[in-house]
Amino acid sequence: MISHMARAATTTDVFNAVAEPQRRAILGALANGERPVGELARGLALPQPQVSKHLRVLREVGAVSVREAGRQRLYRVNGPALKPIHDWVGHFERLWSDRFDALDDVLEQLKRREGGDGR
Amino acid sequence: MTSTGTARVTLPTDEQILIVRDFDAPRQLVWEALTTPALVRRWWHARRGEVTVVEIDLRVGGRWRYAMTAASGGFEVAFHGEYREIVPHERIVSTEAYEGAPDAAPALTTTTLEERDGRTTLTILVEHASRAERDAHVESGMEDGLQDALDLLEQVASGSRA
Repeated sequence: MISHMARAATTTDVFNAVAEPQRRAILGALANGERPVGELARGLALPQPQVSKHLRVLREVGAVSVREAGRQRLYRVNGPALKPIHDWVGHFERLWSDRFDALDDVLEQLKRREGGDGR
Repeated sequence: MTSTGTARVTLPTDEQILIVRDFDAPRQLVWEALTTPALVRRWWHARRGEVTVVEIDLRVGGRWRYAMTAASGGFEVAFHGEYREIVPHERIVSTEAYEGAPDAAPALTTTTLEERDGRTTLTILVEHASRAERDAHVESGMEDGLQDALDLLEQVASGSRA
């Protein structure tokens, strides 16, 4: 991602890249198998240049890869790049870690009270 | 500070969530922090907003309700339930319902405190009626908007394996 550092943050991070509804729709369409850009544009009823632009963003974050097949370029989903987003347990774990870090602070205060040197 | 590590979250079965964390404090203090409304207000926010309601009627059959306003978006999330079993300083069994999903069956939550050498292990076992409800609960830890992405990527990931 370092080579894209100068770009806007929204296009350098897989989380942000898939936060855009049309890009999610493209990923959804590609979930059914690899497709050329024209077929994607027709299926989603979007202008082809717009779909190309979204595909470029998705390729930059590694969410989509492309291969040449004769005269066509076929796009497909790159599963491993999407894994961080799939790690939903990690989000839940961070929620509880933050909660318990705050609980640590409460317990420190209770311990000082017990020790008699606090409030 | 005395942060004693991150919470460990595992999914022992399709319906369960297990949360485990050690604290550098004796268990009567952990119990106090878990069951005193004024203290719960100071940690339950998870640094994601402000706790607006903490009601604890700590007796079998008594009700509890927690609510907070998320800093991002300003929406309120609230949970409530009923105490089923209380063993002071050791164990609380209660039901837990998310008010954002009123049709879902409440989960059963068992909170256990075990002390060893002045440190306390807090274990929270959440048991849902179905895998779908368990998954929705885990997804509640995600930032707003990422949930949509997750739903979609569930399809994407299964498609990419095919």
